[in-house]
Amino acid sequence: MKVLMSGNEAIARGAYECGVTFAAAYPGTPSTEITEEFSKYEGVYAEWSPNEKVALEVAIGAALAGANALAVMKHVGVNVAADPLFTVSYTGTNGGLVVISADDPSLHSSQNEQDNRNYARFAKIPMLEPSDSGEAKDFIKLAFRLSREFDTPVFLRSTTRLSHSKSVVELQEVNRSEEVLEIRHHPQKYVMVPANARVRRVAVEERMKKLSAFAETFPENRIEMKDPSVGIIAAGMAYSYAREAFPEYSFLKLGMVHPLPAGLIREFAGKVDKLYVVEELDPFIEDQIRALGIPVTGKEVFPYTNEFDPGIVEESITGKKQDLKPLPPVKIPPRPPNLCPGCPHRGLFYVLGKTKTFVAGDIGCYTLSFMKPLEGLHSCICMGASIGMAHGMSKALGEQGKGKVVGVIGDSTFIHSGITPLLNTAYNQSNVVIVICDNRTTAMTGMQHHPATGYTLQGKRTRELDLPSLGRALGIESVRVINPLDLKETRAVMKEELEREGPSLVIAQSPCALLIRKKGGEDKALRVDADVCTGCKVCLGLGCPAISWRKFDGELEKKIKKKTKKQEGISVIDGDLCNGCTLCSQVCKPGAIKEVI
Amino acid sequence: MADRVRSILIAGVGGQGVLKASDILSAVIIEAGLDVKKSEVHGMAQRGGCVTSHVRYGTRVYSPLARKGNVDVLLSFEKLETLRYLDYLRDEGRVIINDLEVYPPSVNMGEAEYPGNVIDLVMERVHAVEVIKASEMASNLGDPRMVNTILLGVLSRHMEIPRGTWDKVLRQTFAPKVVEQNIEAFHLGRKE
Repeated sequence: MKVLMSGNEAIARGAYECGVTFAAAYPGTPSTEITEEFSKYEGVYAEWSPNEKVALEVAIGAALAGANALAVMKHVGVNVAADPLFTVSYTGTNGGLVVISADDPSLHSSQNEQDNRNYARFAKIPMLEPSDSGEAKDFIKLAFRLSREFDTPVFLRSTTRLSHSKSVVELQEVNRSEEVLEIRHHPQKYVMVPANARVRRVAVEERMKKLSAFAETFPENRIEMKDPSVGIIAAGMAYSYAREAFPEYSFLKLGMVHPLPAGLIREFAGKVDKLYVVEELDPFIEDQIRALGIPVTGKEVFPYTNEFDPGIVEESITGKKQDLKPLPPVKIPPRPPNLCPGCPHRGLFYVLGKTKTFVAGDIGCYTLSFMKPLEGLHSCICMGASIGMAHGMSKALGEQGKGKVVGVIGDSTFIHSGITPLLNTAYNQSNVVIVICDNRTTAMTGMQHHPATGYTLQGKRTRELDLPSLGRALGIESVRVINPLDLKETRAVMKEELEREGPSLVIAQSPCALLIRKKGGEDKALRVDADVCTGCKVCLGLGCPAISWRKFDGELEKKIKKKTKKQEGISVIDGDLCNGCTLCSQVCKPGAIKEVI
Repeated sequence: MADRVRSILIAGVGGQGVLKASDILSAVIIEAGLDVKKSEVHGMAQRGGCVTSHVRYGTRVYSPLARKGNVDVLLSFEKLETLRYLDYLRDEGRVIINDLEVYPPSVNMGEAEYPGNVIDLVMERVHAVEVIKASEMASNLGDPRMVNTILLGVLSRHMEIPRGTWDKVLRQTFAPKVVEQNIEAFHLGRKE
């Protein structure tokens, strides 16, 4: 049967078809749907682990017991998992172990644009890279085959465009490979003390040699000869773009990007007059081809940054700019992503933006509150960074920083990597207020469960992490729980905690607006009473997408009486968007915002 | 029709049903026996920001992304978004615009102006322009979310895919409760 599948769905399907029964992951765009989709198949175990390092360790354990195990993460997640990654390369896997790295060229939803092909080389782990959903489904199977055959973890690299584009996939029967699950003791292989690791270190090099030989005849590394005047080496999505831009040229299509098939590359280079490497981000393949002494054109014509498309590939190779019609000469206001109407983060950051503190931020929806008009967040580096940074800043500033440094972090992000830095604030005592923006879900990636929601990925009720108790157990003396949609309480508690000596923890708890909608919660939309609104624009300072400004034009003025001579318009609430969080009515001094009756 | 790869660019604002529309469109194309690839955006880009989906079809499609200057139909769920992606359109391309304004945050705050003459600006540059009051039509039908089905109906007039194929896929896509109204919405768009 032919169906349309995203790259992520196809990876999940391929894993299921080849009998994979185990997956561990932490959600992260663009990788999230792989694990979500996989978890729905019959007879599989899939979990959200607290972070990518744990997920990889869980998958390693499963593989050592003989399972075929998947660890799934976005590109920056591999940084978190890097510690076990580099050494599982030494131990090998016993069963099958595939790590999926979903990279994000163009930073659609990430804080950096790192090219994780470098990890394959760095950690000496083979890497496959599919170029559409059909290949994604096939390649995950090949990855598991390679893992078992060569006793190695294997990377499958995706990019946003592969993960989130859909193409036609042929569904196949499930072919359960035999898994022999048992406890095996093999300390020389699995206890990486120096004496054993030195031996395995040599085994890794031998394995890479064997894999290099394998790459030469691997059918997914293939020469497609046409016009020999130009030859293009490409893998993944870059191949799809180049193939579309130059259907007439010859290609060396690489399904395996590490290790590279040096012989095949030499052979192809010998057959064509001019050789190009088309690859997004780093000159990963290009540098290695140059090291072989083969002349090649790459990054001197192609961009280093952002994802490509067929137009970019064509312009780079021909050196001719596309003749595009200019856009109309008007200012097109940007439409950045925004906190949803009714988002509880809005209340917290409305208050924080007015405290004159430095708010060290983290990764999540709330990062968006750095923008106007809230401007309530002042840094974002990586998952969990807020707490350590706030502590460091407070320590460096000393007296001067008292009551001035806040760290904010989401509930899921806190569990991911905020617990150890919070422990550090208690251990080394700084004057910081750490706020957990606890919206009861992993919102940014689309509502995934985590240890504090009380449910697992596969919907089982489980032990629910109690955040206030955890804070106290870590040594935080002052732990407060507030409702960020109550501005008065939020202001008062923030003021008290900022004045306090030593670290404190505020848990700003209110469920994500989308979570409420998903559960079928009733929205009680608010409206602006035009006869009361003075046009002071204070409510606009919340940056709520449901509130807009209507300037007086002739007609509106006839209907509405001006409260002051200077009044220029009124605020309007879109009843379809408003979910009645009441933040605007709390800031409206004239009392113009009321419930719709 | 399948000699050359065709590209349709659907543009709109998060929450308008752009991705659902491109899913239906792609399913129809598969049903018609052609190859299709589509791209979309998730994650950060969803939160009320711009949403686009490229749908490309033909006998064999490689790239899920269209290049600029190469889109056959720009199907826009919101007026301003039409302007943002107009340079994707080929010379003889067609624009279908839903007559709806959704203000970006800067306009809501009164800091930027929403261009008042979007339709004129598009018409100055493109010959084939259709402006459809799809949001209004959907509300009249009783569910504003059906704007995407109506717009697919409008789009369907410019694709050589039999009506029966569309109906079949629409019936497979929607839950029994809403399938009849969506088919009605589709044909309303197809007649517009």
